[in-house]
Amino acid sequence: MQEVTRDALLNKALELLKNGTVDRVLGYRVGEFSYDVTPAVFENEDALKKDFCWNSFCGANFSKYLISETAKTEKKLLVFLKPCDSYSFNQLLTEHRFDREKVYAVGVPCGGMLSGKDLREKVESVSDVSVNGDKVTVKTLFDGDLEFDFETLLSDRCKNCKSKKHVAYDELLGEDGEVLDSHRFDEVERLEQMTPDERFAFWQGELSRCIRCNACRDVCPACTCEKCVFDNPNSGVQNKAAADSFEEKMFHIIRAFHVAGRCTDCGECSRVCPQHIPLHLLNRKFIKDINSFYGDYQAGAEVGSRAPIVNYTTDDPEPSEAVERGHGNA
Amino acid sequence: MRKISLSKLPELFSAIAKTSALYLPVDTKAGAKFEAWAVGKTLSNALNTVRSAKDFFFPQTENLMDFKVEGKNIELIDTRKECEDFVLFGVRACDVKSFEVLDRVFLAEPQDTYYKNRREHALIISTACNKPQETCFCGTFGIDAAEPSGDIVTYRTDDELFFDAKTEKGKKLLDALSSITEEADEKAVDQQKALIRERLQKLPLKDLKTEGFGSGKTAEFFDDPQWKELSSACLGCGTCTFVCPTCQCYDIKDFDTGHGIKRFRCWDSCMYSDFTKMSAGQPRLTQLERFRQRFMHKLVYYPTNNDGLFSCVGCGRCLAKCPINMNIVKVMKALGGREDA
Ligand code: SF4
Ligand code: SF4
Ligand code: SF4
Ligand code: SF4
Repeated sequence: MQEVTRDALLNKALELLKNGTVDRVLGYRVGEFSYDVTPAVFENEDALKKDFCWNSFCGANFSKYLISETAKTEKKLLVFLKPCDSYSFNQLLTEHRFDREKVYAVGVPCGGMLSGKDLREKVESVSDVSVNGDKVTVKTLFDGDLEFDFETLLSDRCKNCKSKKHVAYDELLGEDGEVLDSHRFDEVERLEQMTPDERFAFWQGELSRCIRCNACRDVCPACTCEKCVFDNPNSGVQNKAAADSFEEKMFHIIRAFHVAGRCTDCGECSRVCPQHIPLHLLNRKFIKDINSFYGDYQAGAEVGSRAPIVNYTTDDPEPSEAVERGHGNA
Repeated sequence: MRKISLSKLPELFSAIAKTSALYLPVDTKAGAKFEAWAVGKTLSNALNTVRSAKDFFFPQTENLMDFKVEGKNIELIDTRKECEDFVLFGVRACDVKSFEVLDRVFLAEPQDTYYKNRREHALIISTACNKPQETCFCGTFGIDAAEPSGDIVTYRTDDELFFDAKTEKGKKLLDALSSITEEADEKAVDQQKALIRERLQKLPLKDLKTEGFGSGKTAEFFDDPQWKELSSACLGCGTCTFVCPTCQCYDIKDFDTGHGIKRFRCWDSCMYSDFTKMSAGQPRLTQLERFRQRFMHKLVYYPTNNDGLFSCVGCGRCLAKCPINMNIVKVMKALGGREDA
């Protein structure tokens, strides 16, 4: 369901451009089809009026773009943040990855997003998609119009949305929501209940499909190293060859460790994976363990918080305790 | 022209599999994928596979040779295995055309014997596209989805599959299958072709033209200011190049196994930061240059070196898989592939 219309966003952008609050606008450019929108920076009013778009396919997380778009410029950028984006926004600020002064953030309420990729796997030859309230009409080239409930098309990550509440903004469009009881750890628990062999087979099956495009890493707002170790020819673990399944597991496990405590569970990694690998389950396992060992912690909930795993307190469980508590679900 | 009832597809596959290995698109959790046929596997109904058929000739990674080091001796080990004959069933018109694009690279002198070996052992059974998708624009590159090439071309109606052998190799296989197929006339196939052509006319990208691009246009497009905007959201993930049937760049690397070297070849991507990195550094410093390379290669450089042939076949995979929805169609439209031309 779309909570805010394109016009509401467009008018806000035009207003902020006009009154000089911002110089540029990070938004979505219309595509060929309703589902293939592209993140873009609009430099002026005409460009905005012509190509600015906001619809239920505008799911990409804008926060990471702020790193490149605020570097080497003094211009102030308007960014629209969905609730989940606002966690990444804070996390990046915590890590000093962009200059807050150069950004004006407008929070946009979100009723969940659709995924063009998923839709096209359900429906053949989509020519147009329109959302009316909780109904979605999908026009097809050869099979007429099909009608769906919005819920049934909701993208996977939105089914387990953790929060409708914005944790960062300068201004909010509409009403803010609440942190949700997301059931996002249910699937992790299912994996924990498997025997180690079953779990190994599960991950082997999933990760063996990886083509090492590294889209998951490239899109991840927690993966912001200037030069990733997997891109470094001198590291001995450079990506390129998906040489054997061991390599792929190494990549994913190392990445999961690297973003542990910093991953906000934004879901971008699973969203972009062309091979449908449920990467979010790896990260959620870390989040769940951190919560159970050190008390609930949500990366990006506020700026400047220290993740429990990089913070020492006298209450921290001893390694032996951690092993004990983690027993059977390591 | 021969035909078989669709209900007898399992028999057909088992008969082909008796002559040689058979690969066909099957449905998996991650979409359609070419897999070796085995009893119980059924043909996918998807229009196209997520990864293209180029994997069969140009695999993502392959061992070229090994070096065994013992004291001061280095032994060279040829790791090539004799390739067996295999049949690729259900290849779409765009993907069949992609083999021609790859051939011009790998079979030009000096020939790539690894590639050639696999190519020579393959028999291609193509399938006309009953239901093209909104992302298909093979027609832009002169490919007719109603009339694919291949050793054998197949057409599927509601209840039958028709075979039209186009090469000696194809005829031989079709003869070997004569006991389970029956003689057919052209009528049903002609009807099917007409239906497909009618559908192709309804595709939203049907009017995309290549006019303006092609041989010798480097100067015209290289410094176009629009590259900046077009490339600005690109993540540099290279997904587009990995799913593309015609992307052909690779790297050769040595892997130190501790007691020797494995020399392997693997796909590379112009979208990557270390692509064609030389001692003087990476010639394409930002994503703008890397992004530009991919499209200039498809639309200008390749045709310049290959008698005007474009190295995009309009399969639509990059349209479907790019995380930020940037693709060759948007590039062509922005830079001047005029729709009305
Ligand atoms: S996006 Fe998917 S296929 Fe690409 S590297 Fe990540 S897990 Fe592998
Ligand atoms: S690991 Fe995945 S879920 Fe976590 S921050 Fe990165 S992209 Fe988002
Ligand atoms: S560039 Fe895109 S549409 Fe063209 S052949 Fe490659 S994947 Fe297919
Ligand atoms: S164009 Fe898209 S798929 Fe290709 S590298 Fe850029 S973001 Fe990845």
